[in-house]
Amino acid sequence: MNETITVHRKPAPPLAGQYLDKPFSPRRIGAMALRYLFLLRSSWTRIVELAYWPIMQMVLWGFMTEFLLRSESVVLRASGMLIAAALLWDVMFRSNIGVAISFLEEMWSRNLAQLFASPLRPYEWALSLLTISLIRTLVGVIPAALLAIPLYNYSLFEMGLPLIAFFANLMLFGGAIGLAVSAMILRYGLGAESLAWVGIFALAPVSGIYYPIDTLPSWLQSIAWALPSAAVFEGMRAVLADGVFRTDLFYRAVSLNVVYTITGLAIFLAVFRIARKRGLLLQVGE
Amino acid sequence: MKIPAIRVKGLTKIYGETIAVDNIDFEVKTNSITALLGGNGAGKTTTIAMLLGLLLPTSGNIEILGENMIRSRYRVLSRMNFGSPYVNLPKRLTVRENLLVFANLYGMTDATGRIKQLINELDLGDFIDRPSGQLSSGQSTRVALAKALINAPELLLLDEPTASLDPDTADWVRGYLEGYREATGATILLASHNMSEVERMGSEVLMMKEGHIVDSGRPRDIILRHGRQTLEEVFLDIARSNRHTDPTGL
Repeated sequence: MNETITVHRKPAPPLAGQYLDKPFSPRRIGAMALRYLFLLRSSWTRIVELAYWPIMQMVLWGFMTEFLLRSESVVLRASGMLIAAALLWDVMFRSNIGVAISFLEEMWSRNLAQLFASPLRPYEWALSLLTISLIRTLVGVIPAALLAIPLYNYSLFEMGLPLIAFFANLMLFGGAIGLAVSAMILRYGLGAESLAWVGIFALAPVSGIYYPIDTLPSWLQSIAWALPSAAVFEGMRAVLADGVFRTDLFYRAVSLNVVYTITGLAIFLAVFRIARKRGLLLQVGE
Repeated sequence: MKIPAIRVKGLTKIYGETIAVDNIDFEVKTNSITALLGGNGAGKTTTIAMLLGLLLPTSGNIEILGENMIRSRYRVLSRMNFGSPYVNLPKRLTVRENLLVFANLYGMTDATGRIKQLINELDLGDFIDRPSGQLSSGQSTRVALAKALINAPELLLLDEPTASLDPDTADWVRGYLEGYREATGATILLASHNMSEVERMGSEVLMMKEGHIVDSGRPRDIILRHGRQTLEEVFLDIARSNRHTDPTGL
């Protein structure tokens, strides 16, 4: 075994070759995103799984669309509404899961102590979780969207620029929920792991994914309108059925997303502080 | 006068009704190897976790490399590092990938160069591209050491660095750490309950029991003070000092 010790010069703060510590470092965020990409790359089954569920959803709703296209209803005949709804719901779902799964990878590998003994800030970690969630969502949803073109002669991309607005808002909302859910798992341990999957589904019925919000009972409509996802899906229907991009719904979604994102991040940071008080970064488990 | 690498005053950690660390004071001199000795549950890991900022103290003060760890820990985290066999690196990442991530987290300007240097020094070449979960204990220990040294830290905190290692690998690790300290002037605080390791490596010893520091000083001085031959005998004296029960029950 090579026992030669390379002579270093005596250390003096700061060490040459190191950054002076910055309170916000894109490099640290990039390092964590790289870590999650390495993890993803190491398992082909995980990569396949990313695209599998959106494709299955799209296929299911595609056939449903084909069936309903025979209907007399003008709304239902609005081209690709169900496929669009399924794919955009998947954006929100994937965004949430992307954050939660990457977070859970750290919990399962009992690695939080290593990470937070480094200069990594918890808010940088949160941003890296959102970044990898975006990558995972794109890897998952784009193949499904492309497959819909030859299969059902429907292109989600024909929506044009409004698609970017819908995508961004749903990504942000799903990510905010993912941060809050991850915080709960950090606080209560891996016994709360199922929150990662269960949490987002609770919002599905009141997000108006496949039906207008006024389908819901009036008391539930108030709850629905407090969600940016409801504004997005109503906006999607307006674009597809009427060819109109409703800026009121867009601004509503953006404003609500600011609130939810700040809240999700605040919950995450608050729980992180609790974790430091209670030693939760050192022990992970049910 | 040189600032101590670590200065702790009145450090306490209470979980509910359990006092894990009880009002301890100590200093660790720069360029020393200081051992934190104690049995299971003595408070060693809790103390190290507080020094790293992973655990907030209930009360007390911690200064590391002249900085207040409770208020300004990010000013020193890039200058220190830690290693423990109980905290793994992600098993599915290769050794190289793991080291690259940490090199970037610690802000190394030449991450690739630093990793190459560590590959040579710690003989990681044969398994550098193997997943970290597929390494032997000896290999894992060298990788953990590589991660702990990725930023050429001025202060290294090690929690039982030779736990579950064969004597040859353990001896190699000890030699490497002594060499690193001599070459760089770094300070090492190592938590252990391996007495012979501490006798060999430690210039100072802090003995903990039930959250207190019950004795401290140079190993030889402690041994003489207790009228024993080895640090292990001293440790056993301290560990058994409150036991009054006759094990036969008579």
